[in-house]
Amino acid sequence: MNQWNNFSKGFFKENAVFTLLLGMCPTLGVTSSAIDGLGMGLATTFVLVMSNLVVALIKNFIPDKVRIPSFIVVIATFVTIVEMTMQAYVPALFDSLGLFIPLIVVNCLVLGRAEAFASKNNLGSSIVDGLGMGLGFAMALTMLGSIRELLGSGKLFGTAIYPEDYGMLVFVLAPGAFIALGYLIAFINQVKKEA
Amino acid sequence: MEYILIVISAIFVNNIVLSQFLGICPFLGVSKKISTGIGMTGAVTFVMVIATIVTFFIQKAILEPFGVQYLQTITFILVIASLVQLVEIILKKVSPPLYQALGVFLPLITTNCAILGVAILALKLEDTNIVKSVIFAISHAIGFGLALITFAGIREQLDLMDIPKGMKGTPIALIVAGLLALAFMGFAGIV
Amino acid sequence: MAKTESTLKNMVLTLLVITCVAGASLGFMYELTKGPIEAAKAAKQQAAIKEVVPGFDNNPGDEMYELTSDEGFVLKLFPAKKGGELIGVAIETQTNKGFSGNIKVMVGLKPDGTIINYQVLEHKETPGLGTKMADWFKTDKGNQNILGKHPKSNNLTVSKDGGEVDAITAATISSRAFLDAIRVAYDTYSKNQGSQPVASNTSVEEGGAQ
Repeated sequence: MNQWNNFSKGFFKENAVFTLLLGMCPTLGVTSSAIDGLGMGLATTFVLVMSNLVVALIKNFIPDKVRIPSFIVVIATFVTIVEMTMQAYVPALFDSLGLFIPLIVVNCLVLGRAEAFASKNNLGSSIVDGLGMGLGFAMALTMLGSIRELLGSGKLFGTAIYPEDYGMLVFVLAPGAFIALGYLIAFINQVKKEA
Repeated sequence: MEYILIVISAIFVNNIVLSQFLGICPFLGVSKKISTGIGMTGAVTFVMVIATIVTFFIQKAILEPFGVQYLQTITFILVIASLVQLVEIILKKVSPPLYQALGVFLPLITTNCAILGVAILALKLEDTNIVKSVIFAISHAIGFGLALITFAGIREQLDLMDIPKGMKGTPIALIVAGLLALAFMGFAGIV
Repeated sequence: MAKTESTLKNMVLTLLVITCVAGASLGFMYELTKGPIEAAKAAKQQAAIKEVVPGFDNNPGDEMYELTSDEGFVLKLFPAKKGGELIGVAIETQTNKGFSGNIKVMVGLKPDGTIINYQVLEHKETPGLGTKMADWFKTDKGNQNILGKHPKSNNLTVSKDGGEVDAITAATISSRAFLDAIRVAYDTYSKNQGSQPVASNTSVEEGGAQ
């Protein structure tokens, strides 16, 4: 597989959210606005790339039986680094993402890539894979966030598109997250079938 | 009174799945049948309560005295991962029937964010203590079970329905979950 | 390169090395970000104070003092001074009457108690309804605006309770709670200030309790 395919598979063919249904908790939990979705997506991308990088480097030193715990430690370390960095430099985003930042550690997507890809491939491919998967995840979150923000509060990335009073409030609330994602996946499935 | 508030709030108002979005993976993954839903609920309750107790003591006895709260994420996830293994081994030896019922669900629990989420949230309660944390964990587990089993019941019926082709599978499940969340929103404001 | 064998010694050693490296790098990152995190928190507080009592030239954070309200909340008070003279006080107040959970508000009062401005710090109200309180009570529309009003001479409760403030559409409980937080701030402040008239606050209290 060439590197371009390796990179681009994360966006469509093997998109974490739309196809693999991984990392659903942050997908639903932090997408009440586009900017939150994007922030969460990028934070996850960083963790994904770094953990893939480290796992690809150390994979030969790790005995098979302690593989998973070792990966978890690596992932948790980068999650904590992201957590501290965000708290220091983007405190507003840190506040609005809240509990979901430490929970990146249990995002099946991150451990899944470490186990299924980085532990079997070389350094370069692992980084590209992490980047593609992560940005695909970020794209999905931003899309869902934009849809919910636009329908719910009439804004896009905080800029008013139409008066807030006409918005369908339910899309900013919890039920709207499920419903919007349901329709989005149905739509993507349809597009895929035709493609 | 305070405890009753915690219980009602955790089960209905701030339902862990439908309003806090934790534990979505098992909620969508093992909700095709009521019986598996019940098994998963049992396993989650078991691990959630034990994990909350253990992490509570780790936080109070190790992390806080040494001022290393920033190691919270890494220690908690390791504790939960080893706890799941431990529970699996003990259950296998002590109670084979229970292991048969819960066994297949246990490995899935390590990456169930509801466990880690509740363990962290329990420490954020006002003047938290061990009794409060345990009640908090149990009520969240019940809330998880309530949502999961209700959802599984609906999905069993859904199989018999004539659903538009494009909506089959995940999309319709998500929309049903949305409607369920809408119903649970009716509880808002009672606490 | 050959894969390391899964012997007990290797396994223990690997995990030990990994956790040590992880712990050490986190400790290092912690030291590195400790300063900026505290600075970010202080900046946030400073910005909130600046918004609610503009025009001071002291550092209100240094002169912060705490008072306990009748409800048992510990309020933080930041005196804002210009040229040594008190021009107002920023009060970090809260209420537990919100639709879901507590609401924390930073409110700026002139020394006589007139409301200068406010900023909502923390809340768990319904997005799109209760959250409107961030701007609602500042907007000049109908009887929404509470800026420039006085919690004692104006009856700051929602019109449904006989007061003179328009509640947020479809969020009366959040509105009541918000006004309650302002009341808590004023009561506690005026009660602990000898030179100021002690608040009778009966009308306001009734409004909040209903």
